[in-house]
Amino acid sequence: MNRYPVWKYAIIVVALLVGFFYTLPNFFGEAPAVQVSSGKATIKVDTGTQRRVEDALKAAGIAPAGIIFDGNSIKIRLSTGDEQLKAKDAIQKALIPDPTDPPYVVALNLLSRSPSWLSAVGAAPMYLGLDLRGGVHFMLQVDMQAALTRKVESLSGDLRTALREKNVRHSGISRNNQAIEVQLRDAQTLAAAKAVIAEQFADLDITEAPLAGGEFTLTARIKPAAARAIQEQALKQNMVTLHNRINELGVAEPVIQQQGLDRIVVQLPGVQDTAKAKDILGRTATLEVRMVDESAEGRAAESGTGPVPFGSERFLERNSQPIIVKKQVILTGENLTDAQPGFDSQTQEAAVHLSLDAKGSRIFRDVTRESIGKRMAILLFEKGKGEVVTAPVIRSEIGGGRVQISGRMTTTEAHDTALLLRAGSLAAPMEIIEERTIGPSLGAENIAKGFDSVTWGFLVIVVFMCVYYMMFGVFSSVALGVNLLLLVAVLSMLQATLTLPGMAAMALALGMAIDSNVLINERVREELRNGASPQAAINAGYERAWGTIFDSNVTTLIAGVALLIFGSGPVRGFAVVHCIGILTSMFSAVFFSRGLVNFWYGRVKKLKGVSIGTVWRPDGGGNEVAPSARRSG
Amino acid sequence: MEFFKFRKDIPFMRHALVLNVVSIVTFVLAVFFLFHKGLHLSVEFTGGTVMEVGYAQPADVPKVRSVISGLGYTDVQVQNFGTAQDVIIRLPAQKGVSSAQQSETAFAALKASDPGATLRRQEFVGPQVGEELVTDGLKALAMVVVGIMIYLAIRFEWKFAVAAIVANLHDVVIILGFFAFFQWEFSLPVLAAVLAVLGYSVNESVVIFDRIRENFRRYRKMETVAIIDNAITSTISRTIITHGSTQIMVLSMLLFGGPTLYYFALALTIGICFGIYSSVFVGAAIAMWLGIKREDMVKPVTQKGVDPNDPNAGATV
Repeated sequence: MNRYPVWKYAIIVVALLVGFFYTLPNFFGEAPAVQVSSGKATIKVDTGTQRRVEDALKAAGIAPAGIIFDGNSIKIRLSTGDEQLKAKDAIQKALIPDPTDPPYVVALNLLSRSPSWLSAVGAAPMYLGLDLRGGVHFMLQVDMQAALTRKVESLSGDLRTALREKNVRHSGISRNNQAIEVQLRDAQTLAAAKAVIAEQFADLDITEAPLAGGEFTLTARIKPAAARAIQEQALKQNMVTLHNRINELGVAEPVIQQQGLDRIVVQLPGVQDTAKAKDILGRTATLEVRMVDESAEGRAAESGTGPVPFGSERFLERNSQPIIVKKQVILTGENLTDAQPGFDSQTQEAAVHLSLDAKGSRIFRDVTRESIGKRMAILLFEKGKGEVVTAPVIRSEIGGGRVQISGRMTTTEAHDTALLLRAGSLAAPMEIIEERTIGPSLGAENIAKGFDSVTWGFLVIVVFMCVYYMMFGVFSSVALGVNLLLLVAVLSMLQATLTLPGMAAMALALGMAIDSNVLINERVREELRNGASPQAAINAGYERAWGTIFDSNVTTLIAGVALLIFGSGPVRGFAVVHCIGILTSMFSAVFFSRGLVNFWYGRVKKLKGVSIGTVWRPDGGGNEVAPSARRSG
Repeated sequence: MEFFKFRKDIPFMRHALVLNVVSIVTFVLAVFFLFHKGLHLSVEFTGGTVMEVGYAQPADVPKVRSVISGLGYTDVQVQNFGTAQDVIIRLPAQKGVSSAQQSETAFAALKASDPGATLRRQEFVGPQVGEELVTDGLKALAMVVVGIMIYLAIRFEWKFAVAAIVANLHDVVIILGFFAFFQWEFSLPVLAAVLAVLGYSVNESVVIFDRIRENFRRYRKMETVAIIDNAITSTISRTIITHGSTQIMVLSMLLFGGPTLYYFALALTIGICFGIYSSVFVGAAIAMWLGIKREDMVKPVTQKGVDPNDPNAGATV
């Protein structure tokens, strides 16, 4: 009765092998590395970049231990920390000609030392949380109300234009919080206005209310579905902007994640200078629209033959061409509500569509009317340094706040320009609502403490189990070790982030997992006490204990899942390990340990006794260590 | 080796009344301290800034306190943390002041007074996050309680579900009472520990209830009290050994885990100790007071039309 079919042993062997291989990478430690990734949306890291890196390293006389290109970044593994610094300098010199405007991010990083065949099967070490490796964690709250208000503002401008185009006479459009109110004189215009909105503004819900004197108020609100879309877009745009800004910090593996509907978590491992990080995250780039100086002096200065005229400034276009721009600012980014890549409706050329708010549209109309045929420049200022994003020629008067920039542009360029124009500002203001900084030495201490807790607890339990339950204690201890192995393997497979509470959960999981084995061993002893034969006692012990083990694990799991659902930050890390620990313990403590017992005792035909420590009996017939003991069963 | 050699069943239930009075008194005391003193909630719940600053030499706590108070903070806490060289500083959240600057100005002032100071860890939590954590914590607690009750009610019987949950909430309240009485810091990991204890401690009740059910099936003529006594006696060695093993792990965390895990381990320790007591004396006793009967446990499917009180019930000739 205590035999496993071959397939059950096969499952055990496979589980052990998989567990072993996926746990393995955690033991190789980390090697110093340099990571090169793109610093701008317009620049891609590719094999060409890799060749430049290789050449730079060769020129500097550094032999890298390995170069890995993973599609987004190039990681150069080096043998010593000293070489790491040298390599970083050499690569920086080769790839970044102008340090104030880096096209690439060259950052120090740590790479797993595990051999490549392990990485090839997807076995990678667990990711260490900030509390174990040091770094900064921010949680930012996006002000969604502001994003909506801004959208309503721009929609009310659009509505004004649309009504005028259709010759619908209204006596005023105003924004009241997040609603647009249109005053209309009579029922006829009301119907006309409603038709315009229904036709052109799919995002708006309208309600009407009669006023005294036969007038009507039409109130338009953003539909809930559209509002959600706006919020999602605002969040995405803010994340893109944050990404661009963080690139500047030169962090190897920044984490920028959405949390909930309106929060963004930013984690910067290894960064210690919180002041700088906060400064960069909270920075606002500004966008300015100015006229290009096209006077004779201006043109002379542009071609480099004369001085920059008074009242103008010299900027570089993105293709490094100088351009002379007047100092007078026509519009700022505040008036720009949106920028999207698209196509010209007539020529099908790639284009960027800009939307301006009411004030911006008015100014823009006046300026364009007076300057047809002239060039205007859109400048992006970051860190007080300006760059001309684009400098199109004004073809006609532009009213209504809808601007299209087109001509000599590829779709990628249009996309990048739109991104740059948008990246100038955040879609909605953000506020830091949580911040955590952990020094690197504290991180290392935390690892050591977590490791010590697990090791000592584990050892003491193993010693106790072996002394108290003899051979069965050894089985239980091996099962406990397997539990730890599988737990680490599953966490590595999931690429879970290990934190200090996670390590605590690991220790606790082991402490609780032994519960199942104690239950089984006690049951087996009890069966022996009641006079069952050894084989029958083993069988009955496992069978009877199983129901109890299952029940108790389910209740523990309920607590774990509740923590997983409602917990955040450190509690989540705890909950993940706790839940997985319960699941692996069911496998190791019941299925695996039974396999061991069956393997050891199950083959013996006439088993005289089992080594499970003292089976004490109230009638005084207690016997000491079996199997040498003479028990008749 | 065998620690537990019982010749007869221990009459646990004989003392149930006295012990339940003791439980109620402890419980009431815990509730009293909870309301009277309140929990010393960590910055995660209240919002505010925590800084851990390390010094090369043992830190001069009063001096640190005076430097920070000099910045205009009224309710500042400065304590040693772990070692004599490290101090932990808690600043309350200030409305209107950007948190970001708060820690920077504070650290700059400390650095000015002692250049050897290093910022080991810094944490800021906005007030809105804190409020959310409190509600999320309560939601998690509610989900655990309801989830476990439903499971036990399906698996066993509603009386057991009520008994188990009362016994374990009693543990939770007592842990909280300890934290309130000693004004230990109640942080997120402690909350995790409390909920983990709730799930773990129910194990005890489950094991005992399982045995009670089994006994009801096996010993048809035994009194309910005797059945409970027997169930507890036959599981007590397992109860103490497993709790002992878990406690070994927790003790190891308490000793080696450092200050971050200290209160986490402490909450678990209290939970484990009271878990044994409550499942033996509180859970089983409540089930007894609620009047569990053989019929609750042994579903009379095969015994239709048979009077369960008939001494010959189930006997086939």
